[in-house]
Amino acid sequence: MATVIGTETEFGISIRNSPDFNPALASGLVINCYRGEGTRVQWSYEEESPGRDLRGFGVDTSGDYDSGVVNVVLGNGARLYVDHAHPEYSGPECADALSAALYDKAGEFVMAEAAANAGLLVRPGEIVSIYKNNSDNKGNSYGAHENYLISRLIPFGQIVDYLTGFLVSRQPLTGAGKLGSENERPEATYQITQRADFFEERVGLETTLKRPIINTRDEPHGDAEKYRRLHVIIGDATLSEVQTFVKLGTTALFLAALEDGFFPEALELEDPVTACWQVSHDLDMTRSYALVDGSSMTALQMQNRYYEWLAKYAEQTTDNPVTEQVLVEWRGLLDDLEVDPSRTADRLDWVAKRSLMEAYVDRGAAWDDPRLAVINLQYHDVASDKSLFRKLQDRGRIRRLFTDDQVRAAAAQPPEDTRAYFRGRCVTKYGEKVVAANWDSLVFDASETHLKRVPMMEPLLGTKELVSELIDTSDTVQELLQGLGGH
Amino acid sequence: MSEQEQQRARRSSEEAAVEADAVEVDAAARESVEITDELLDEIDSVLEENAEEMVKNYVQKGGE
Repeated sequence: MATVIGTETEFGISIRNSPDFNPALASGLVINCYRGEGTRVQWSYEEESPGRDLRGFGVDTSGDYDSGVVNVVLGNGARLYVDHAHPEYSGPECADALSAALYDKAGEFVMAEAAANAGLLVRPGEIVSIYKNNSDNKGNSYGAHENYLISRLIPFGQIVDYLTGFLVSRQPLTGAGKLGSENERPEATYQITQRADFFEERVGLETTLKRPIINTRDEPHGDAEKYRRLHVIIGDATLSEVQTFVKLGTTALFLAALEDGFFPEALELEDPVTACWQVSHDLDMTRSYALVDGSSMTALQMQNRYYEWLAKYAEQTTDNPVTEQVLVEWRGLLDDLEVDPSRTADRLDWVAKRSLMEAYVDRGAAWDDPRLAVINLQYHDVASDKSLFRKLQDRGRIRRLFTDDQVRAAAAQPPEDTRAYFRGRCVTKYGEKVVAANWDSLVFDASETHLKRVPMMEPLLGTKELVSELIDTSDTVQELLQGLGGH
Repeated sequence: MSEQEQQRARRSSEEAAVEADAVEVDAAARESVEITDELLDEIDSVLEENAEEMVKNYVQKGGE
């Protein structure tokens, strides 16, 4: 089955020098300040049930979901809104990892624009900052989630058995780096990921407390008979385009192979919850972890084993150039991490950020120097004149996959090969005539007396190929609905 | 020089060549990741002032 991939990022937010800073209000301000193509809509929860559980039993969450009133569907098919006390960008559904990495990057562009506009509205002296990170270094974490549409035919127990070791061992490839440790984990000067300290369970429905390595939320946003949406919550928000691409591409490839029953064995960790933070704290990546079969492996050994299997799987099943590119980048990172992690400073956020800190340490700063703490945060600022990541990138120290023009275009235009195309084009063309939206439907203001709901249960329909001509030739919503077969 | 000694000499010079290559590659790799004084000055110039205050006040609500 073709995978559909999407990312959702909760950004950190602050308004400095504001005595009455309220993160929820500030998030609303920022979202409201985005002036790019997009339409404010009611986000309909009619077909959503966030408490539904992949294991088959539900949790009543009625009244638990405060989506807030601030909700924008962007011309690129993404959703921009306030989630609890953070501005969140949920990228559009994408048909491959390269597209998903581009639209993830477009989210930074959107947030940077919104924050800059909000900065013009606050009181003199107040500074609005948005960070693409996952921790405030004071024990509070917020998420960067990956979503993969998978077949419901994969038994859930198999996902747990096979995927857990993959997610724990991939952390050297997915980490954005962090000073210190949190959540009562052992002390660390610096560690590979922002998130690992916060994972306390193997499997569960929670995302805010006792976070699980495998999250069981089951909202397919599509035909529930056929699909699950696997909600991966263990990754860091990454700024490096290559890193985001590898994070999404390897995981999507892993899931495809799992669906085809390709793995000869699961590399099952004896104690994945402990291994999770241990991998993150092990900067040399030399520590071995016990597997249930009695053997033990390092994280890189596990990743190399997965690479061997998945390279073979790809060779036998696909000639997709994006998959090829995933394998090339993955191989390069694994080789370089093995020889000398500093070689990956052009591709991995945790290594790039550490290299900046080490430069200060080499010149006499201590690891608890406040400047290092600022680097730890400001590396992730989305504003291009503040972002330390951006400084490195502009100096050619970070390898790119996309141009700024491509990113800017992706902030306005939808991917062409999923239903996000239909959503994005309709929002851009019919504006306020789209009164409500959801991942799997749009509600149009069809006439003075009628609203018309258009379901989109198949993520790979509603593509440019299928609907562009209809949208191009329909000047009004009525014409569009007629063309779709409505009344 | 005996044949054995010649072989040994050839091998060690080959090894030396391989090692020299490796050193060159390492140096190139280091250069690409080294943070020069110039780059550090640039970073310094954009680092937020009042570092301690900024970091102390950055408190988020948990999310997700």
